[in-house]
Formats: sequence, structure tokens, C-alpha cells
Amino acid sequence: MKTNSQTTEKVIQSIFFMIALASIMILLMISAFLFMEGIPILNHVSLWDFIFGIYWYPTSEPPDFGIYALIIGSVATTIVSASISIPLGVMTAIYLAEIASSRFREIVKPIVELLAALPSVVIGFFGMVVMAPLLQNYLDIATGLNLFNASLMLGFMSIPTICSISEDAIYSVPTNLKEASLALGATHLETITRVILPASISGISTAVILGMSRAIGETMVVLMVAGGAAMVPQSIFDPVRPLPASIAAEMAEAPFRGEHYAALFATGIVLFVFTFIFNLVADYISNKYRQVGDSTL
Amino acid sequence: MNNSNASNGDSKQEDSHSTKAKADYKVERLDFPDNQVKKMVQSVVFGIFRFSATLNGFALLIVVYFMVSNGLSAITWEFLTQPPTDAMTKGGILPCIVGTFCLSLGAILIAFPIGVASAIYLNEYARPGRTIRIIRLGINNLAGVPSVVFGLFGLAFFVVWMKMGVSILAGALTLAAMSLPVIIGSTEEALRAVPDTYREASLGIGATKWQTIYRVVLPAALPGILTGGILGISRAAGETAPIMFTAAVFIPLICHQALLMKSWHCPIIYMYWQQLVLKLKPRGICNMERPLFSLHLF
Repeated sequence: MKTNSQTTEKVIQSIFFMIALASIMILLMISAFLFMEGIPILNHVSLWDFIFGIYWYPTSEPPDFGIYALIIGSVATTIVSASISIPLGVMTAIYLAEIASSRFREIVKPIVELLAALPSVVIGFFGMVVMAPLLQNYLDIATGLNLFNASLMLGFMSIPTICSISEDAIYSVPTNLKEASLALGATHLETITRVILPASISGISTAVILGMSRAIGETMVVLMVAGGAAMVPQSIFDPVRPLPASIAAEMAEAPFRGEHYAALFATGIVLFVFTFIFNLVADYISNKYRQVGDSTL
Repeated sequence: MNNSNASNGDSKQEDSHSTKAKADYKVERLDFPDNQVKKMVQSVVFGIFRFSATLNGFALLIVVYFMVSNGLSAITWEFLTQPPTDAMTKGGILPCIVGTFCLSLGAILIAFPIGVASAIYLNEYARPGRTIRIIRLGINNLAGVPSVVFGLFGLAFFVVWMKMGVSILAGALTLAAMSLPVIIGSTEEALRAVPDTYREASLGIGATKWQTIYRVVLPAALPGILTGGILGISRAAGETAPIMFTAAVFIPLICHQALLMKSWHCPIIYMYWQQLVLKLKPRGICNMERPLFSLHLF
């Protein structure tokens, strides 16, 4: 009887183990199928020309498949949006975790989390219909659908990610560290900048990287707001065409299993590699520099 | 030096955080110029922090206000219960709502059992080590995969390779893969919140591990698990790109087929925003119909 129930336990455990492997299986299958459909593009264009070619004219004859301008578009929107979302997100996290009265916290925290629940297409729509005309009129530029507008919208999309993960990190700094600093005569601000931030820096960096990874992979916002011109931007108010926008816009009309189709999958591979690296780095940082006790500060 | 002075300056903020620090001692405040400068800097910096927090709050309110004020008037009973007519410029959005509902339902039916089982393994069975570390890394990476890449995967695997065609089934499977990490994460959180004493008590009276999980841990964690599952699916259903590639049709001619939705293998008409995206292709702001606004309330 006893051995019987032990076997059952073993069987159940291995079933759960198999199911837990599903996520890894999906991840492997995603990479397998992306490569399967994307690699054929290398028959038409060399890897170097694909990544560093500056002309993206997939439908002209002969077609040009160079995604350099798209990569630059993605990187530029991500950097500009990060310069908006990192300060705002981290400052909000510090305020909510350390300074805010409980009443303020109770109101603002759910609102920031709700911001994460807004479908991206709603934010893109807002950027397109409200923000773009506003920018166009007030800044007197050719089009309101540009790098800056897209970055602004992406910034507000990644703030909830950055804010909630940083807040957790700040919140989990041991209280005695903070009390020790205050007892030594440091002001609250000094305690925050010299003690709490260094202690939670790994969590905050993870938050920042995950937020940026979300921004670089975001599709609908850049599709609707970034302007869609496949060229290397010269100023912050130039329209750009980031990688996901290109995939989403052209997939429907690319001939099945043609060059264009393969080129879009290869673009997907580049995007996948970008976010994969971001996530690996985030994982590395959060494991390596974790605040374990009081002593590692 | 004057410890008492500085600590008094801070005891105010300290009070709100730890109940222990009820300052029943009063120390006379000695305002040295240095401290005044520090206090000013602190209040300015805290003001900036407060401003950024408020700004984030307002961002949501502005977006919601804009959507409601523009869209509310378009929502009528007909709008919610009629199929679209005149090449999707008039009529209602019933098929879109039904399509979204079917997709979410399908995705939750697929992703929920897998997600919950994965979380149970990670939280209840697995021992710390290399295997669990790799599994967690996989889940974290899956959570970071851009939605458009999920769309490409769904297109290559479910639609083409598995020969499902552009259908609800393909869309639901893609959405399920997408929402898996969210469901695993929130289920794990719910499982962690169940006190260990529950497990120990159950094991102590002779229950096996599986009995403990099934009869004690899961019921206690159920509300949290359900909340997480619904949140995960709602986020996935709001994603657009993967659904565009795997489940949605654009051409109004197919409307009738999509409207009937006889089986899981039919495509659906999803929300109008895909129409919107198609219209967007020639760049610039497109002319929008008024009903478009109200869609975004869903």
C-alpha cells in the first residue's frame, strides 16, 4: 500500500515536471520556427547586407532588404522612451515606496498598475489622434507621427513595468539599514540616495531592462504613431519605422513563403534576439547583485 | 555633534512608516544653516518625486477621459448587437465582441491548466538547482518575447505547419502561449501566500504531497489563481498583432462566414482596430468613423 502511493506520488510529480517544461518548449519552438521561416532570406541577401543595408524596399523590383534603418528606428525609440520612462518610473517608485502618505499611495498605485492594463492599441490611438495633431501644431513640424511621439507613448507604456518592479525592490530593502542611516543623522533624502538606492539597485536595473525590453517589442504603438518611414532619423522629430511596426504592417501583404515573407521572419529573429539579450541581462543582474542580507551593501 | 537635531528632522517622515518610531521625545530643533539647505533640497526633490507620481496618475485619467468623452455617445444598443454593414463603416460590432470572447475563452481553457500545473511544480515540488533555474529563465524569457514575434510563431506553427488556417483555434493557442508566463507568475504568488503551516498540518495527519496540494493548498490559493488567470488573459486579449496574424480576417466579404462562426476553425472579425491598421498603411492620419472611438472602451 505504501509503495503504491509512493509510485503515484512519483508519477504525479513527473507529470507536473513535464508540464513545467512547456514554457521552455514553447520558447524553443518559437526560435525554431522563426529560423525555419527566416533563414531562407540569406539565399537572396548576405547577412551583412541584411543587417547593415540601409534600403528597405521589399516590394520594388529588384527588392532591397536592409533593416539597418529599422534597427536604428527601434533603438532610437527605445532610448528616447527610456530617457522618459526611467526617471519618471523610478522617481514614482521611490515616492510610492518611501515618501508618500498611505492615502496618496492607495490612490496612485492602482492607477499606475491600471496603466499597464490599457491595451497598447488604445495608447497608440491616443497618440495618433490627440498627441500627433498637438505636436504638429505647437512645434510646427511636418508630421506629428514621429520618433518623439512614439517614444512618449512607449515611455508611458513601460512606466508601470519599471515602477512596480522597482517599487518591490525598494520596499524589500531591510528596514534596519534605513533606521541605521537615519540614526546616524542622515536626512531622509540622504538615506534614500546613499542607502536605499544602492541596496535596491539590482532590482531597479532589472526593472529598467525589462521596461526597455517591453518598449522595443511593442508593436501597435509604433505602428500607429512612429510615422512609418524606413529611413535613418536625422532629428528627434523625424518619422521612423521600428522593427515590429514593419513586421505588423507588411505581413498581411507579403506573398506566402516568398522573399519578403522570409525577410519579415528574419526581422522577427533580430527582434527576438534583442529582447532575449535584454532578458538574459536582467536575469543575470537580478541574480548576481541581489541584496541578500545587510552585509552585502 | 547634534544627532538629536537631525533625527528630529526626520522623525516626522519616519512616523508614517514604522509604528515603533512614535516620537514621544521632543528635542529642540536647532536650525543650523547647513541643515536648512539640506531640508530645502529634500523638499524640492521630494516635490519632484511627487510630481512624477501624480503625472503618471494623470496620464491614465487623460487617456480614459479622452476615450470616454469621444466614444460614449456612439455606444448604443444597436452598436453592441448589430453586425457591421457597408464595408464596416456602419452598423455594430457584435461579431467583434463575440470573436474576442471566443478567443479569450479558448486561450484561458488552454493556458490555465498548463500555467497552474507549471506553477505547482515550481512552487511545491521542485528543489533549488539547475533544472528549476533553467525553467525559470525560460519562463522569464517567454514573458519578454514581443507580441509580434508570438504572432509570427503562431502564423508559422499553428496556421501553416499545423494546417489550422487563420482560425479561432490558432489565435487561441497563440494567445495561450502568450499569457502562460503571466498565469504562472500570478499562480506562484498565490501559492506562496498560502502559509506553510497549512501544508505541515496536512502532511502531519498523514496526507500525501499530492493530497496536500489538491485538498489544502489549491483551495486556499484559488482566489489568487483565478484573479491572475483572468488578468493574464485580459492582457493577451488586448494584444493586437498576434491576433492579426492568426485569427482575424480583414475582408468584409468574409464577414458572413466569420459571423456565423460554425466551428473553431473559422476566422473571426476582430475589433475594428485591425481595419484601422490596414487603413493606416498609406501613412498619415486616416479618416475615422466616429464609432471607432468607442471600441477602445472594451
